[in-house]
Amino acid sequence: MSDPILSLLDLKLGFKTYEGLVEVLHGISLRIGRGEKVALVGESGSGKSVTARIILGLLQELKSARISGAIHFDGADLEKLSRRERQALRGTRMSMIFQDPTSSLNPVFPIHVQFHEVLRRMDRNLTQRQGMQRAISLLTDVSIPEPERVLQAYAFQLSGGMNQRVMIAMALANEPSLLIADEPGTALDVTVQAQTLHLMRDLVVRKGTSVLFISHNLGVVREFADRVYVIYKGRIVEHGPTDALFGQPRHPYTKALMAAVPRITGGGIPDIPENSEAFLDPMIDHEVEVPA
Amino acid sequence: MSPVVQLLAKRLSISVIVLIGVSMLIFAIARIIPGDPARIALGPNATTEQVMQLRDKLHLDESIIVQYANFVSDFARGDLGISLYTNRPVMTDIAQFLPATLELVFVAGLFMIGFGIPLGILSARHRGKAADNVIRVLSLLGVSAPSFVWAVILMLLFAFFLPIFPIAGQISDTLTVPPRISGFLLFDCLLAGDLRAFADAAHHIVLPAFALSLSGIGQAARLTRANMIETYDKPYIEMARSYGFPEQRIARRYAFRPSLIPSLTIIGLDFAAMLGNAFLVEAVYAWPGLSRYGVQVILRKDLNAIVGTVLVISATFLIVNIIVDLLIAFINPRIRYAERSRP
Amino acid sequence: MRRTLSILLSNPLSVIGLLLVGTVVFSAIFADFIAPFPSHRGAVVDFSNFNQPPHWPNIFGTDLVGRDLFSRILYAYRISLMLGVVVLAIAVPIGVTVGLAAGYLGGWVDFVLMRLTDVFLSIPPLVLAMSVMGVLEPTLTNGMLAVTTMWWPWYARLAYNVTRSESQEGYVLAAEIIGASRLHIMFREILPNCVPSIVTKMTLDLGFVILIASSLSFLGLGVQAPTPDLGSMVAEGGNYLPDSWWLTVFPSLAILIAVFGFNLLGDALRQVLGADQ
Repeated sequence: MSDPILSLLDLKLGFKTYEGLVEVLHGISLRIGRGEKVALVGESGSGKSVTARIILGLLQELKSARISGAIHFDGADLEKLSRRERQALRGTRMSMIFQDPTSSLNPVFPIHVQFHEVLRRMDRNLTQRQGMQRAISLLTDVSIPEPERVLQAYAFQLSGGMNQRVMIAMALANEPSLLIADEPGTALDVTVQAQTLHLMRDLVVRKGTSVLFISHNLGVVREFADRVYVIYKGRIVEHGPTDALFGQPRHPYTKALMAAVPRITGGGIPDIPENSEAFLDPMIDHEVEVPA
Repeated sequence: MSPVVQLLAKRLSISVIVLIGVSMLIFAIARIIPGDPARIALGPNATTEQVMQLRDKLHLDESIIVQYANFVSDFARGDLGISLYTNRPVMTDIAQFLPATLELVFVAGLFMIGFGIPLGILSARHRGKAADNVIRVLSLLGVSAPSFVWAVILMLLFAFFLPIFPIAGQISDTLTVPPRISGFLLFDCLLAGDLRAFADAAHHIVLPAFALSLSGIGQAARLTRANMIETYDKPYIEMARSYGFPEQRIARRYAFRPSLIPSLTIIGLDFAAMLGNAFLVEAVYAWPGLSRYGVQVILRKDLNAIVGTVLVISATFLIVNIIVDLLIAFINPRIRYAERSRP
Repeated sequence: MRRTLSILLSNPLSVIGLLLVGTVVFSAIFADFIAPFPSHRGAVVDFSNFNQPPHWPNIFGTDLVGRDLFSRILYAYRISLMLGVVVLAIAVPIGVTVGLAAGYLGGWVDFVLMRLTDVFLSIPPLVLAMSVMGVLEPTLTNGMLAVTTMWWPWYARLAYNVTRSESQEGYVLAAEIIGASRLHIMFREILPNCVPSIVTKMTLDLGFVILIASSLSFLGLGVQAPTPDLGSMVAEGGNYLPDSWWLTVFPSLAILIAVFGFNLLGDALRQVLGADQ
């Protein structure tokens, strides 16, 4: 198979506390192919978000965190990189979208200042005007109607959906190879969330960005991801292509998760043929079609 | 009307209400004096007739409501009455002594902000490490003693033991004092172009201002630290980190700027508390400010002067708070752009 | 309670605070037994041994009329602490009631009470206490009165803020629905939630009352001679610097140690009780 953009091998995480070491991740293995959209699904506290923060190299800064296992990003061993080298990757070759867009933007600077700061990660000599122009075109990409006005605004002046679009545009501004989306838009209402997710999917498909999509919402995951990993209590309990996994969940936890998805009408989850070829053994990784 | 103007108007009107309240309160306190203020002012040798005359002059025989009404109408004309202690208009006395006090408080305020806030930032950035613990203990020590204790200790250490600074006063006796224009000595020295006098006066103000500022420095450091640590837990800090911005930059633009907003309010209050504490420091360093006058008029039960002094100090306090509110509005976009203007 | 204590004891700074406060309180209560010269608390004169630097048995030296400074400092602690306890015993109930009423009842009660509080808060504390003290005779009782006048508004503010946020909570609404009286809701439902913040503030304030009271007497507006008082000792000794340094240094340090102790303890309590306000 092709060389993955990200692979985690037997990743373990523990925290040193007063009562000794508490292990949170018990050996997670996961891989994301180039251009692939992979979801990590589980309930809160299962270890989804810490995994994202390890990949970004944020948890490594924490004194109490004990991390072991291998993390390869684009061929490089992240654990062998220095603090500075990891920092250099963030915001340029990988970036992240957070849960609550409005509180994730700096409250005391207008949007354009924050955009400029993000764009400057790639080009230190970027002028105000160039930055402004780039930001306007990026905001147009996420279908923001009046980008100039939005750029002059502060996060608290914009709606949650608008901030979500701004955050997506920022995260994709430097054309990263990997985008991590941590429960994107959970703080927004359902229709707005659906809209912005569609938008994000179209963009990443167009740009060929690989995505690690973290969520507890199976409905959303099904729409978005090519492949799904189910995490439960710090372990991957099941994984496979989305359709297959949804068609025939194997692990009791996955089944329980699916049973928990609320259905409004009788339509619900469509029928999946028993002998679907889409279903393959979850313990084997599959070739993934790379979108052009 | 812009939100800032609205805010200013609201603050000003509340301040006026509060100031009226303060005047009533102080007036009430001053009128419950046991004994006859006129008799106390004139001393035991005065004749009954003289006492009656003074009572008449001070309207002491009118009802308290009439007295208050008189006081308000006089005050509106800038007249706070005559001080029984100095026999001069209270306004004149205050105009003479207040600038030296304000100058001291102002310099102390600069120390408070210049030392307190950076120490707090340092402490927050090195949370839990040795530097943090040292700064925390020192700032707690700072707030743990009244300013007269610091004044005495600093004087002993840096004026007597190591004679780096002058012992007392506002300027050396050997120098000719520049003509009084603004009343603020440092400023007047500059106006007169007398740099030697300026340097000497600056040399004199360091120790008392530092003694006055120590508890403010401690308070500002503690507050900045606490607010910054709270801000460090906000999602936008994590977002900034996820973009690989340097920690230095995150501390400055993402943690400090937002945390300054809640800190400033309290720092404004501390600044005002220094107006009161200046009395203590002035007493130690023989500083020619309001302290001596204030204590004397209180001991002599000089009604007009007591009411006037307290009123002027409270007004200064309210003005400082309005300035702080405007500063906050300036750095807090939420106030500058009232939240309703959504594009 | 046990958990609170064990957390307190695990932090060296809180242990130091506990020790300092313990020492101050102990020496105030048992001054009669610890002080080498108990009679020196009053108007005693010993001109054979006046203004002497520290020596045995006057370990902190003697004052201008020959009294033992160490003994006088112990008795001064007793008076300061008594003053602090009395002031808080009056100021806290008044302030908390005002804050609860303004915060819960809202409307014009809120407006009137909180503007009144603002009036008191906009006179620098020391100046307010000075003016009250000035018009009254400088006695211990009046000193307490003066300090109480400036102290209650802070508790009104504190209780007001907590009440405002608590009255939005579900349990208050629930109590209203079942028809509990306003008094019941204010004092039985909301008040318990203010307790951690109030206890923390009271600990800190015991130190600050000592600080303010000593400031008043330093200016000559507080407790009068011959009653031993830390502030007046510093003021008196200030005229004899630097030669008779012990006259000012020991009372100054005594103030610092007591207030520092209460601050350390209050800080530790704040962390343990989670009463950051």
